[in-house]
Amino acid sequence: MSATSESLGLEGAIPLSYQGPAPTRVVAGFGFWLFLLSDIILFSVLFAAYAVLSSASAGGPTGAELFDKRHVFLETLCLLTSSVTCGFGSLAVARTDGRAMFVWMVATLVLGATFLGMEVTEFSGMVAAGAGPSHSAFLSAFFALVGTHGLHVGLGLVWLVIMLLQVKTFGFHPMVARRFFCFGLFWHALDIVWIGVFSIVYLGAH
Amino acid sequence: MFGRLSWAVIPFDQPIIMITVAVIGTVLGSVLGLVTIKGWWPYLWREWITSVDHKRIGVMYMMLALVMLVRGFADAMMMRTQLALAAGHAAGYLPPEHYDQVFSAHGTIMIFFVAMTFVVGLMNFAVPLQLGVRDVAFPVLNSVSFWLTATGVLLVNLSLFVGEFARTGWLAYPPLSELAYSPGVGVDYYLWALQISGLGTLLSGINLTTTILKIRAPGMGYARMPVFCWTALASNLLIVAAFPVLTATFAMLLLDRYADFHFFTNDHGGNPMMYVSLIWIWGHPEVYILILPAFGVFSEVVATFSGKPLFGYRSMVMATMAICVLSFVVWLHHFFTMGAGADVNAFFGVMTMIIAVPTGVKIFNWLFTLYGGRIRFTVPVYWTLGFIVTFVIGGMTGVLMAIPPADFVLHNSLFLIAHFHNVAIGGVVFGVMAGYNYWFPKAFGFKLHEGLGKAVFWCWFIGFYLAFMPLYALGLMGATRRMQHYSNLHWQPLMLVAFAGAVLILFGIGLTGVQLAVSIRTRARNRDLTGDPWNGRTLEWSTPSPPPVWNFTQLPDVTRADAYWAAKQGTGPSLAGRPDSPVEALEVPRNTPVGIFVAFFATILGFALIWRIEWLAVAGLIGAVAVGLWQAWQKNRELIISAEQISEFDRLNMRGPA
Repeated sequence: MSATSESLGLEGAIPLSYQGPAPTRVVAGFGFWLFLLSDIILFSVLFAAYAVLSSASAGGPTGAELFDKRHVFLETLCLLTSSVTCGFGSLAVARTDGRAMFVWMVATLVLGATFLGMEVTEFSGMVAAGAGPSHSAFLSAFFALVGTHGLHVGLGLVWLVIMLLQVKTFGFHPMVARRFFCFGLFWHALDIVWIGVFSIVYLGAH
Repeated sequence: MFGRLSWAVIPFDQPIIMITVAVIGTVLGSVLGLVTIKGWWPYLWREWITSVDHKRIGVMYMMLALVMLVRGFADAMMMRTQLALAAGHAAGYLPPEHYDQVFSAHGTIMIFFVAMTFVVGLMNFAVPLQLGVRDVAFPVLNSVSFWLTATGVLLVNLSLFVGEFARTGWLAYPPLSELAYSPGVGVDYYLWALQISGLGTLLSGINLTTTILKIRAPGMGYARMPVFCWTALASNLLIVAAFPVLTATFAMLLLDRYADFHFFTNDHGGNPMMYVSLIWIWGHPEVYILILPAFGVFSEVVATFSGKPLFGYRSMVMATMAICVLSFVVWLHHFFTMGAGADVNAFFGVMTMIIAVPTGVKIFNWLFTLYGGRIRFTVPVYWTLGFIVTFVIGGMTGVLMAIPPADFVLHNSLFLIAHFHNVAIGGVVFGVMAGYNYWFPKAFGFKLHEGLGKAVFWCWFIGFYLAFMPLYALGLMGATRRMQHYSNLHWQPLMLVAFAGAVLILFGIGLTGVQLAVSIRTRARNRDLTGDPWNGRTLEWSTPSPPPVWNFTQLPDVTRADAYWAAKQGTGPSLAGRPDSPVEALEVPRNTPVGIFVAFFATILGFALIWRIEWLAVAGLIGAVAVGLWQAWQKNRELIISAEQISEFDRLNMRGPA
């Protein structure tokens, strides 16, 4: 606890902004936060495009006709739960508990993969029914937005596997711990984006 | 096997292109040959190509920008020549489809690969030195960013020879840029070059923002940072906030072109106007990404050469941050004529006029800094004074066009072209030239030739007015932009004046090369042995020129703004907090070829995607990922510099912190 207050500059007389270069852990985390903000802006553009084009179904099927809310609800549960397991995994990393980390992170991996599998099922079903991205501007925007989120989840899964391999090679080296921290931020950010997708795209379907 | 690639895509039948390619090939071949014969490759590889030192990377950005300035200006010369000739019955020498590529390439290159690249280079070079620290936050990422920019440059230049470039203008508006109307590879070259270099810019923005907010010398609080660091902060925040918009917008256009999506098509509910809106949500902040660091350079220059602290430091910082925020609420003024309605246009018109206010504040701050100062009329001061006059004119024509009814008349005319060159040349080019002359001795240890530097300034300054004042008049007479031929012979005299101005600027660019060559040859006479050739105020001048790879043996102890100046004047404490403490060994990041390897595979990936060669694209992607993974498994990333090495360097340079 005291370490935290010190690094926040609460105890020393010198203000934080005068303390000189921040430690690597802080710098890496901060840089990754900035990256995440830029990623959220990327998503916000896709959301804006979806909002503009969501009614442009060009005589084709609309969201209300296409979406299976039960399916999407289960999908959402998987992703949200995976955020919880990822959180427990991060705690295990912080106390360098290799076994607990492995269990929680594999759970995260399975839940993430299930989410992705369900999304692929949904997409392929739509394409098979003739409602692919080429059909209308609405479907273009839908596939781009939800697909970009799915792509992020996929990349996150690959990253997680790499992190497990890194732990195997390096143990809980500070470098590995920093990367795990960034992975945690990334995974939770994807959850936040998905809440937007679920509310705006699926619950807001008309 | 090779997608759309075949021998037929090389324009053997077009003499202009083939001669250009031959010239470029000869120059490039001779340079590479010279490097090989002289045996410079190991040095270049070790000291520059694989360098993760922010100073070296900054210098490489600026060199790249200067080379691309020649390319972009060659396009400008071609346009001015065409318009000097193609009046009435004369057709000129450039056919329309070629002319369209020339103006598209000119805009794209000048903004992304000259202005942007130069500005990022200046920030990379100066910011860590001004903050009193050893490097940026992520040195390896910095190298990756630079080389990804180089990939973009390579792809754009490749389009000259293999295939074609976009004919859509520098922002590639749909539906013209859609597959239906631009079926060739030109738009694909444009999109992939900018996607890849844009990724580099975004990473660089994250890097420098993190550096400024998290890595500063002890005591370097926000209110003590040099103004250039503040403007760099504003600029990089804008990069982080705006470049993802560009990436997403281009991604949508790419999906339209490659995967039959319908974001911006005319059919299936697509909305081309959404592209225009999105691209300017990036595009207007981009204007300030470029100009704010230039404002920072001018601030440093006027304070240094007037021998006074900057007038109104806090108002300067406030104005910079106000512009940073307001730059996101003016984008619609780029398309008042699109039909958003009177209320929306009025809002954005008013916002545009408001953003001129903080800029005006800055102009007065510079004037008041100069007022009563003992001004030394060096080359950077020439550029600064030229800027103040020129930029005010450009700003006023901008406020004029912020009035929507006036814009309805002037939209897409040469008046607009004159306006944005007025601020881009008068602001950004003058700013980077001031910065180039100002920091050159810091980077290389000798000054640039003063007389030739002033000659360069006069060529640009007079050349600019000759080239662009006629365009204001022509715009009011009804001449439109992107015009390859005109029938009104009354326009021709003014076009000839503009051509003369362009020729004068050409001399200016040529003289920049002469200035560099002469300065290198006579460097023994212009050496900067003190590290402080201009009697500067900020921390970069407290280091030797050029600074060692670790910048500062001991991080300076900052107690106030302009701490170095105060220490020199004896009005403030010494920068060395612990003057008698022994020199300690320190770590610097080890050089790595990750940057150039990633960029190599990114170039393959981009080229393969442009020509739709699937297997090669997969190979490029796998290569880039493999390099990344290799780097992720590197543990030994630091190089130890021993205390002896550091002491020896300090002894040779006879300088510790002041």
